[in-house]
Amino acid sequence: MSIWLKDDTRVLCQGVTGEAGAFHTKLCKEYGTRMVAGVSPGKGGQSVEEVRVFDTCEEAVLKAGAEASMIFVPARFAKDAILEAAHAGIRLIVCITEGIPTWEMVEVKHHLKGGEVRLIGPNCPGIITPGESKIGIMPGYIHRPGEVGVISRSGTLTYEVVYALTQAGLGQSTCIGIGGDPVIGTSFIDCLEAFGRDEGTRAVVMIGEIGGLDEESAAAYIRSEFYKPVVGFIAGRCAPKGRRMGHAGAIVSGSQGTADAKIEALRSAGVKVADYPWEIPGLVKESLHVQKR
Amino acid sequence: MVDSVQDAARVGGELGYPVMVKIQIHAGGRGKAGGIKKADNESTLRRLAQEFLGRSFVTAQTGGEAKTARRLLIERSSPINKEYYAGITYERKSARPVLLVSSEGGVEIEEVARKDPGKIVSVPIDPFLGLLPHQGRSITQALGMTQAKGGRLWPALAGMYQAFVSAGASTVEINPLAEMGSGEFLALDAKVVLDDNQVALRPELQALNDPQEEDPMELKAKRHGLSYVKMDGTIGCMVNGAGLAMATLDIITLYGLKPANFLDVGGSASAEQIQEAFQIILGDQRVGAVFVNIFGGIMRCERIAEGIIQAVRKAGLRVPLVVRLEGTHVELGRRLLQESGLAIVMAQGIEDGVKKLKEILK
Repeated sequence: MSIWLKDDTRVLCQGVTGEAGAFHTKLCKEYGTRMVAGVSPGKGGQSVEEVRVFDTCEEAVLKAGAEASMIFVPARFAKDAILEAAHAGIRLIVCITEGIPTWEMVEVKHHLKGGEVRLIGPNCPGIITPGESKIGIMPGYIHRPGEVGVISRSGTLTYEVVYALTQAGLGQSTCIGIGGDPVIGTSFIDCLEAFGRDEGTRAVVMIGEIGGLDEESAAAYIRSEFYKPVVGFIAGRCAPKGRRMGHAGAIVSGSQGTADAKIEALRSAGVKVADYPWEIPGLVKESLHVQKR
Repeated sequence: MVDSVQDAARVGGELGYPVMVKIQIHAGGRGKAGGIKKADNESTLRRLAQEFLGRSFVTAQTGGEAKTARRLLIERSSPINKEYYAGITYERKSARPVLLVSSEGGVEIEEVARKDPGKIVSVPIDPFLGLLPHQGRSITQALGMTQAKGGRLWPALAGMYQAFVSAGASTVEINPLAEMGSGEFLALDAKVVLDDNQVALRPELQALNDPQEEDPMELKAKRHGLSYVKMDGTIGCMVNGAGLAMATLDIITLYGLKPANFLDVGGSASAEQIQEAFQIILGDQRVGAVFVNIFGGIMRCERIAEGIIQAVRKAGLRVPLVVRLEGTHVELGRRLLQESGLAIVMAQGIEDGVKKLKEILK
């Protein structure tokens, strides 16, 4: 079992004729993703990696039955690309693009609010249901199917943790990179709600970092409404105040968004928080063991 | 705004004394650091300008570093009735701009938030509707102002919101927003933080950049698409991906060592970026050892290894180098590094890498 992405999800790629779009369309296909269409304005009729290219999302939905989208278009065009997919009836939109202005994401988020569109990202690695399908840039081979859900604001740190889980024999139900920007489509809580309902997920690993209050909100949600074991990790404990650490959203503003406050909030909600990433598999095993008894 | 003693005196003469002299650096907290003073006449103004220009200031917001004052703001010092604070920033949780107004102006808003949060009025703004007049009236009421006075405050708030939107800023603050003896509201000082992503897309915003206000190494890194933040230790760090880079610094710190920098070479580090990264790290004379931590992911490890070898050959290696490499074709990558003849210490995993660093530095 999994959340949001399954082996039969029909995926299109926006920005498919660009270098990254073509490359990752190929890798997703190789992993088993049902890549049914590409969209690139003015390039309809071509094909990339044996995937048919359309001029618009609307056409790709109509003629190829696309249900989900993977976005690689440059930052300048990303807002329009997200909204085009949403208006064409795409229900799962994964935006890999980095560098979208916060104001544009605010507009997108408010436009989509209350609707049925699940937007993941931007500035994220994407989503993968191991053994079935992936929409994104994560390396497929480090994953294996299993029962641990993974949620993370980071890219390579997620790979690190997922790889450690896999090597410890702990497979994953679905792994979601929610992205490193200050305004993102899907929050920790959105993922936790879905993992809570998913029968195939028995434990969740959440990887947070400095900046914002999303981890604190997640901690409050876990305390009152989430009953599966959660193991956490927070990056940025030694980050200097007021400095942006690579991700646009990774910044301690004033006294808000520190790693210590997040760790404290998660611990008080019963989350086991690892000091080191390599401790995570052990903590997951421990909590699954406790849960069984 | 002036950058010389002569200009300061000229502006002082035009405005009429007394005037306020304020250093212009990219940080707040200047008053407490002695960077804001009053001049009653031209000779005091000349003396203050002489003293301020070129001098370094450390304020509560400069992150421990000294910032050199290269420009001064000279403004008329008129009788002030009351100082307010007004600011707009994003509330991340609701993904909306929020307007904050406080009757406690002239001091840092963080301090007011800590000591007296009740004195801050906060109004969320719908991005599609903008700041609405009735929200202005609510603010007026919450501040205990008459509506007539609120009417004089409104243009400042509306204008500030317009500036926030048109510049695509992430923060705009007017502090102090002063109610003058005449009853008009005047922005006596302001701070605008632009959104880097917006700046990258808009040349007219790039033109505002003042390279003198930035750390030269951070500037160089930015030009090559690297994200670099200077820290105060001795372990030079090069990592791919921001989250992994932060985690690596944390681990180094927990093991009792001190990182010299944060450096993210990007999720898919190219050979060219790795070379630039090495030059930047080794350009820092405090660095006593370098730790490279790369999780290759989709990028093949032999390509990364080749990038490291080229970079080391080009830059020369004056300090010990520990490399941790993981990902596709990792065996091949490790073999290339070992057979390169360079003094590279290979690590299996982050923990092993940090332990080896400790051993070397013992």
